[in-house]
Amino acid sequence: MSLLTVNDLRTYFHTRNGVYRAVDGVSFALDRGETLGIVGESGSGKSVTCYSIMGLIPQPPGRIESGSAIFDGTDLLRCRPEEARAIRGKRISMIFQDPMTSLNPYLRISEQLIEPLLIHGLASRKDALRRALEMLEAVGINDAAKRIHYYPHEFSGGMRQRVMIAMALITRPELLIADEPTTALDVTVQAQILELIRRLQQEYGMAVIFITHDLGVVSGLCDRVQVMYGGRIVETASTRTLFRTPLHPYTRALQQSIPSLQPKGVELFTIPGMPPDLSKPISGCAFAARCAAATARCTGADPVLTEMSPGHAQACLRVAAGEL
Amino acid sequence: MSEPILELRDVRTHFPIRQGFFFKRQVGTVKAVDGVTLSLARGEVLGLVGESGCGKSTLARTILQLLPTTSGSVLLSGRTLADCEAGELMRLRRDLQMVFQDPYASLNPRMTVFATLSEPLLTHGVCDRSEATRQVAELMERVGLAPRFMQKYPHEFSGGQRQRIAIARALALRPQIIIADEPVSALDVSIQAQILNLLAKLVREMGLSLVFIAHDLSVVKHISDRVAVMYLGRIVEIGEARRVIDDPQHPYTRALVSAIPRPDPEVERNRQRIVLPGDPPSPINPPSGCTFHPRCPHAVDACKAAFPELRPAAGREVACSRIGAF
Repeated sequence: MSLLTVNDLRTYFHTRNGVYRAVDGVSFALDRGETLGIVGESGSGKSVTCYSIMGLIPQPPGRIESGSAIFDGTDLLRCRPEEARAIRGKRISMIFQDPMTSLNPYLRISEQLIEPLLIHGLASRKDALRRALEMLEAVGINDAAKRIHYYPHEFSGGMRQRVMIAMALITRPELLIADEPTTALDVTVQAQILELIRRLQQEYGMAVIFITHDLGVVSGLCDRVQVMYGGRIVETASTRTLFRTPLHPYTRALQQSIPSLQPKGVELFTIPGMPPDLSKPISGCAFAARCAAATARCTGADPVLTEMSPGHAQACLRVAAGEL
Repeated sequence: MSEPILELRDVRTHFPIRQGFFFKRQVGTVKAVDGVTLSLARGEVLGLVGESGCGKSTLARTILQLLPTTSGSVLLSGRTLADCEAGELMRLRRDLQMVFQDPYASLNPRMTVFATLSEPLLTHGVCDRSEATRQVAELMERVGLAPRFMQKYPHEFSGGQRQRIAIARALALRPQIIIADEPVSALDVSIQAQILNLLAKLVREMGLSLVFIAHDLSVVKHISDRVAVMYLGRIVEIGEARRVIDDPQHPYTRALVSAIPRPDPEVERNRQRIVLPGDPPSPINPPSGCTFHPRCPHAVDACKAAFPELRPAAGREVACSRIGAF
């Protein structure tokens, strides 16, 4: 059985300028120990999907219109707050893009690290501090016994992200959601952090949802990838299949616009136009306006995620009909 | 390549650190740029790469004389900028323009596109107001924006369009050199490609020279003729883009190249990655000798003694005394 099953999730933001359909019918499942990459550009709904699961959507203006997110038998979107609290931060943890703003600057690292253990009543203070120290060592912070008493500003960006990871993993969660955890970091530090997440995942056997806009990051880390566009999943497949035989025109275009895959000096492939305005209802496929292969039918009917081969589904009408 | 249009000779930009309230005394120095020598030819694209804190943005600001040089000189078409009087500097600066990383912060939110783009024209007395409208329209078309948006404000545009406005502003005075400091880092992948194509087109059509600063090596390789790699205020490797990035020689460049995640699962899972230990050291108290030695897998005792000069090796210049020994 899957660890997490998300079904027809719709999260809308009701603003003065209209209803913003950030996530519009997203379904997926995640097995224990699996690594899932969610790829998309800004505004594609990849973060809002995960924030909805974690109950981090500010309501209002946000509202979860429909859907369910079943984690080990409990629907996180409909359960009682106490039930959600017993799961969040304990069995599901999250790390964020900016380690600078997601740590409390007024508290020593030690206090922040042991907080999840104390809140969930998993350890005494003394025990918690011992485990915090072990965790800091596990994420590769040298001289941890001294540094555990430091404040966040005394750490570099990469070190702070290590502290964030230590804090997220201290309760030994079954699922870690990582929202662009390396985007704010330098490449050499990014390599260190990716290596660390990979190692800890193998050690602890947890499932990981990795949100990123960088296809390169996904390729080494994830078992499966799903590509989002305009609040919907447009393609999902095993990492190898997605890179080798992308089917959806958006995935293909995204892959083609990576500079390192194109010969030097040649004009880069670009996707014309801009991402869709989600505050207006989109009829049919959200990518149709930028798609070279779009026809009148594409804006007529809502695309459906269709399985093309086992484990490989995509949402283009024309691909499903065998026209592309 | 023709004669250099821009030359840097042993440029150093240091910032004093002062402490105390009444009697501020200097307690240290941040050596942000510490001895950079390079030249830029007409029509050439030079990529400048390095991690945060390596001094690449300080170097850009020093070239533009937005920061004073501590020592060394910046020469534009043979004229030393630091020796120029204010009036002459203003005239020379027309040839030297900058595009910044964040198009959300670098455009004045209260100025329309017309006001933003006509300001340099009017300030430098290039044309009068009536002529400005025509020139602004031409600029907008050049960067791929419809002139009918002239009276709109920055918030009405997307990130990519804003970066186009910033590029148009830099082009207004028909400069010879543009310095672009991470111009695509804040943009989505599909928009990045649009802006890179635009910059490449402008270089080709207008014969511009471009200093392209970025931390993304694949982007830099794509657009640049030559690449310079910076570490703690110095250039450690410089040469033809393809050579430097496909076959790096300096241990730091090697680590940097190996750290780029490849968008190919096969390659990504099977390759040996050089993971550097630790963080870049502080430019306040840089390590002795070669500043890279504490993190270098090939360092020996001799590396702690003196910083190696840039020397020719394998068709480019490398600042490493152990080239060929590993």
